[in-house]
Amino acid sequence: MSAESPISAAVDGQAGPPLLELKDVQMMFGGVMALRGVNHRVIAGRINSVIGPNGAGKTTLFNCISGLLKPTEGGVYLDGERIDGLPPHRIAQMGVSRTFQHVALFKHMTVLENVMVGRHPRTRSGFLAAGFRFPGMRREEGLIREEALSHLEFVGMGDLADIPAGSLPLGKQKILEIARALATGPKLVLLDEPAGGLNMKETEELGELIQRVCGKGVTVLLVEHDMNLVMDISHHILVLYFGEPLTEGPPSEVKANPAVIRAYLGESLTDPPAASSK
Amino acid sequence: MQKRDWLIFLAVAVFLAIFPFIAARISAISHYIDIMVFAGIFSIVSLGLCMLMGYAGQVSMAQAAFFGIGAYTSGILTSHFHWHPLPAIPIGCLLSAAVAWLVGVPALRLKGHYLAMATLGFGEIVHIVLNQEVEWTGGPSGLVDIPSLKILGVRISSEEAWYYIVWTAALCTLIFCFNVLRSRVGRALRAIHEEETAADAMGVPTARFKLQVFVLSAVLAAIAGSFYTHYVTFLNPGTFDLMWSIRFVLMVMLGGVQSLWGAVLGTVLLTFIGNEWLRVFADFDILVYGAILLLVALFLPDGLVSIFPKGRSASGNV
Repeated sequence: MSAESPISAAVDGQAGPPLLELKDVQMMFGGVMALRGVNHRVIAGRINSVIGPNGAGKTTLFNCISGLLKPTEGGVYLDGERIDGLPPHRIAQMGVSRTFQHVALFKHMTVLENVMVGRHPRTRSGFLAAGFRFPGMRREEGLIREEALSHLEFVGMGDLADIPAGSLPLGKQKILEIARALATGPKLVLLDEPAGGLNMKETEELGELIQRVCGKGVTVLLVEHDMNLVMDISHHILVLYFGEPLTEGPPSEVKANPAVIRAYLGESLTDPPAASSK
Repeated sequence: MQKRDWLIFLAVAVFLAIFPFIAARISAISHYIDIMVFAGIFSIVSLGLCMLMGYAGQVSMAQAAFFGIGAYTSGILTSHFHWHPLPAIPIGCLLSAAVAWLVGVPALRLKGHYLAMATLGFGEIVHIVLNQEVEWTGGPSGLVDIPSLKILGVRISSEEAWYYIVWTAALCTLIFCFNVLRSRVGRALRAIHEEETAADAMGVPTARFKLQVFVLSAVLAAIAGSFYTHYVTFLNPGTFDLMWSIRFVLMVMLGGVQSLWGAVLGTVLLTFIGNEWLRVFADFDILVYGAILLLVALFLPDGLVSIFPKGRSASGNV
């Protein structure tokens, strides 16, 4: 079905080397093929979005990149280094962080502590250093707190530092997940439906925040159903349809692509593959 | 530690310091010093278990086994090989740590009840070994000829001296645990407990941290075991069976599984319940413990510390 939108056509005009490269990534769950060979390059310094109807494999793709799933076939490369098959914490260490579609905060910890956990891959103190409060550990602890606070302030939640994360309204929880992800010091941050459950004003603020994140030099890969948001802020969009790239390109092109419209509205589409990813 | 914890710590330390003087003057409770020595020893075990269970969320039914490994290492080295008691203590810790590491690598892949079952099985194995290796452990008839603790050439024999040594060690352990919890490591452990997937994605090597806290709990249990050996100077496998592992779990749960203070409180209470207050039920102790467990689970899921007001809104129990 993607015959009329060759992917190579959309790749031109992309500056710089790919930060993340997906080579023929396939993911099978039993007999179900959630990803049917995704080839894609994520260029650094931009807001890249992945869209597609429910079950297109967007979250599966994120899980394959962040290490929660190991692709059945194919490879994921970060700055040319292969990362698929590595455990998630190694991938985080290498500079890929993420948020979760269904908020996965540490609910009983404070807002600030949540972000402090995010500093984990950039800090070192272990059990002994912590237990005996070695001077190096105390210095590091002070830095962790400072950096976590600055990330909280960056997302505009500095005043909420000491309340339990679980008591925040959903909108704030989604933003806190972004602050926590940024605290890991990522090159690439994967945002999985950050606008889900947000009202219009919150979504607008989220859009501004994502642009500021990109402005800091962090590459964004965004999965989102809110098309206004995606079309407003994305530099580049990949459309997934039943586990396969349908097309990709800048928002204006993607929006006008008849294949994309068909995929979303289901018009006159014969023979849709009966696969689902979620 | 936060200001509130330091205040509690100070109050507890002062109480512990003067307790022997009070107890010695009232003949009805003069033997409480002896019970408190046991409570102090067990507190070291339950503090480790509290870190493992309450904060990292991993249930272990094998703490009595690690307690036993420490106890028998000290016992065998000092009785068979006539070692000085002090160097035998770190050997017990090392052995316990090594065993915990070996058991933990496969077992900590399991979650919840499965992990509890695996550790329970391991605990039984240790218990069987202690019973069967008669040549080394004395088997069911016990290990005798264990010397008392000697520090700087002075033999520690009086209950009071033991009391102060044991509780100093327990309070040091408490401070150590507080420090760990209020650090990058403690946050990582709590993160694993709450959302393991998210913790992993945020760069926390979850498997390594679970293993490390399991080893820490085993080392603390081994230290306590060494103290126990030299205080009692007689070992018998019955102290290291499943029932004791359950008791340690119960101590932590009674006080409050997510509170270090709770672990100490629960340990002291349960030690008194077992050794003194409910002695008449000695033959039915399983029933008594079962009833306590049931009551705690039903009415005080957060343990006895939940009766006290919290210090701050979030995770004030740290």
